Amino acid sequence: MSLLWLRFALGCYFIGLVYAFVALTRTSDLFSRIALHAASLGMVFHFVSLAELFLSGQVVWASVHNGESLLAFLSMTFFMVIYAIYQTTSPGVVVFPIVFFLTFVGAVDQQPVLLTQFVSHKGWLIAHIILIFTGYAALVLSFGASLLYLLQERRLKAKKSTSLISFLPALEVIDQIGYRSLLLGFPFMTLGLITGSIVALTTYGRMDFLDPKILLSLLMWAVYMLMVFTRWNSGWRGRRAAFLATFAFVAALAAWAANYFSAIHRFAAS
Amino acid sequence: MRFQLIGVNHKSAPLEVRERLAIPESRLPDTCRDLNAYPGIEEGMVISTCNRVEIVAHTTNGHADLRGFLHDHFHLKPEELDAHLYEFREKDAVRHLFRVASSLDSMVVGEAQILGQVKEAYATARAIGAVRGQLDQLFSRAFAVAKRVRTETNVGSSSVSIASVAVELAKKIFGTLEGKTVFIVGAGKMSELAARHLMAHGCASIFVANRTYDRAIGLAQRFNGQAIKFDDLYSTCDRADIVITSTGSPHAIFRREHGEQFLARRKNRPMFFIDIAVPRDVSPEMGKLDGIFTYDIDDLQQAVSSHVADRRKEAELAEAIITSEVERFEARLQTLDVVPTIVSLQDHLETIRQAEIDRVRGRMGNLTPEQEMAVEALTRGIINKVMHTPITTLKTAAKESEATTVVDVVRRLFNLRDKEAPAPEKKNEVGTRP
Repeated sequence: MSLLWLRFALGCYFIGLVYAFVALTRTSDLFSRIALHAASLGMVFHFVSLAELFLSGQVVWASVHNGESLLAFLSMTFFMVIYAIYQTTSPGVVVFPIVFFLTFVGAVDQQPVLLTQFVSHKGWLIAHIILIFTGYAALVLSFGASLLYLLQERRLKAKKSTSLISFLPALEVIDQIGYRSLLLGFPFMTLGLITGSIVALTTYGRMDFLDPKILLSLLMWAVYMLMVFTRWNSGWRGRRAAFLATFAFVAALAAWAANYFSAIHRFAAS
Repeated sequence: MRFQLIGVNHKSAPLEVRERLAIPESRLPDTCRDLNAYPGIEEGMVISTCNRVEIVAHTTNGHADLRGFLHDHFHLKPEELDAHLYEFREKDAVRHLFRVASSLDSMVVGEAQILGQVKEAYATARAIGAVRGQLDQLFSRAFAVAKRVRTETNVGSSSVSIASVAVELAKKIFGTLEGKTVFIVGAGKMSELAARHLMAHGCASIFVANRTYDRAIGLAQRFNGQAIKFDDLYSTCDRADIVITSTGSPHAIFRREHGEQFLARRKNRPMFFIDIAVPRDVSPEMGKLDGIFTYDIDDLQQAVSSHVADRRKEAELAEAIITSEVERFEARLQTLDVVPTIVSLQDHLETIRQAEIDRVRGRMGNLTPEQEMAVEALTRGIINKVMHTPITTLKTAAKESEATTVVDVVRRLFNLRDKEAPAPEKKNEVGTRP
C-alpha cells in the first residue's frame, strides 16, 4: 500500500515538475497556485506512504529507495515552510524536479533491504537518518536559492524589464532563503554525521577514514562549513556562493552514490 | 515659417553619443551666441537635457546648415553623428517642439520636468537676445500648448516618473525598502524627487553630498538627513544601499575600484546606483561587479517602456491637440504676415476720411455735437464697409499660398507701397514665462 500512496504523490509532484519548466519561460499566477495545491496534495499522499512504512514495524528506512522518498518529503517540507514565510513558489523551480526525481526512484521499485548489522542501534540509526536527510533537504534548498539568485542577478544586470523578472522574488529575499536554509541545515548535517559516526563506531569498533562514504561525507561537510563561513565572514553571494553550493551539492550526490560501493555504509547490495 | 530643428534624443542616439553633445548649463549662453553667429541663422537656441540636445532656429531661407554647426561646434565627424540626428523643418519643426514641451516625446511620457527644462533653455536664450521675434512666438505657443495638453488630457496624471521606476527596481533588489539608506550625490531636482519617492516607500535615512556643501545641507535638512562633505564621499558611500547620482562631472566619479572598496566594506551586500547624470557618473565597469546594480538614464527608459502602453490612449488625445495647435499656429503666423498691409490700408483710408471731413467742414457751417457725431458715424461706416471685403480677403488669403499676390495687389490698388507699416504689437502668452 505504501508504494501505491507514493505513486499518487508522484503524480501530484509531476504537476510541480511541469510548473518548474513553464515558470522558466513565463509567469502564471494560476499555474503557480495549481502547482502549489498539487504539491500539498502530493505531500499528504507522501506522508501517508511514509507513515504506513513506519507503522509496518520494520526498519525499512535504511533502504536506498525509502531514504530517497524521505529526503523528497523533507525537501518539500522545507519548500512549504519557505512558502509560508516568503509567499513565493519560485524555489520550486529547483526543488520540484529534484523531489520528483527522488520520489520517482522510490516509487518505481522497493528494495526493503535491512542492514542487519545496525539493528542493535535502531534509535541512533533513525536519529542519524532523519538528521542527515534534514541537512540534505536544507542543502537542496540552499543550492536552489543560489541558482535563483544567479538567475535574478543576471536578469537585473541585463536590465530587461520583462515579466520574467516578476516570477522571481527580490534578490535579497532569495539570498535570505538560501542563507537561512544553509544555517538551518548545517547543525542537522553535523549532528547527522556525529550520530552516523557513533553508529559506525559502536558497530565496527573503529572508523575507516579511507572508506569512500566517510571521505565524501567529510568533504561535503567541509564544503558546507566553508559556505557558512564565507557567507558569515565576507558575505559571499552570487557567483562565488553558487559555485560553492554546486560543489557541496555534487559532494552530497557523490556521498549518496558512495552507498553503492562503500564497505561500511551499504544498503541494497549487501 | 522658416523654422528648423535638429537634434538627438533618447530614442535616436545612445547615451555615448548624447554624452558628447551634452552642454553644461554654464556653457549654454556661449553655445547660443555661437549658433546665432552661424551663417543663415536669424534666431537660434539650444535645449540640452539628459535625454536630448536640440537646436531650434528661425533661419533666413529655411535651409541653414544646422548639421554643419553641430559638426563644427562639437568637433564631431559626420559619420559619428549624422546617423543619430533627426531634422525637422517648418510645420514639422513646430510639431516636434510642441510634442517635446508637452512631454509626448519624453522618455517617460507625461513627466513634468521637460517643460521646466525647455522654459529654462528659453529664458537663457532670451536673456542673451538670441530669441526675439518668431522664436519667441513659437516658444510662447509651445508653453501654452503644453499647458493645454496637461489640463485637457490625463497624460501627466498617471505619469510613471523616473522616481517611481527607481523605487520599483530597488524593490526588485531589496524586497522591502524598510530601513534602507539612500545617498544623494549632486543635489538636483530629479534626484530629490527620486529620494522623496524612496523615503515614502520606507527608506530610513538619507545622506547628501554636493560639491557646494551649503546646497547639500539645504537638501539634507529637507529630508532630516545628513550632509556629507564631497571629499568624504568615498569613505561614506558604502553605508548607503541606494545611491542616486546626478553630478555635472564630465568624468565618471564612481569607478570599478570604488565599487570593490564599497563591497568589501559592506560584506558584499548589494548596492543600487541610480545614475541620472549625463555624462554618466558611474562607469560601466563598476556595474559589472557582482552585487553592484547600476541603472543609467537609458536603462530606466527600458524599464518604463512597458508603462507607455497604459497611456497610449491619452497620448493619442494629446497628439490631436498638438495637430490642431500646429495648424492654428501656422495660420496665426501667416495672418501676421498680412497684418502690416491691413494696418496700412486702415491708416490710408482714415487719412482720406479725415481730409474729406476737414475739406467740407467749412461749407457745412456750425454743427451741433449730435450732428458732428452723425457725420463721424456716417463716414466711418462707409470706410468700414469699403474695407471689409479687402481685409477679409487678405485674412483668407493669408492661410493660402496666394497671400503674397493678394498683399501685392491690395498695396498697388491703394498705393500703399511707400508707406511704412507699423510693426504688429507683440503679444506674450500669459503665465508662460518661467
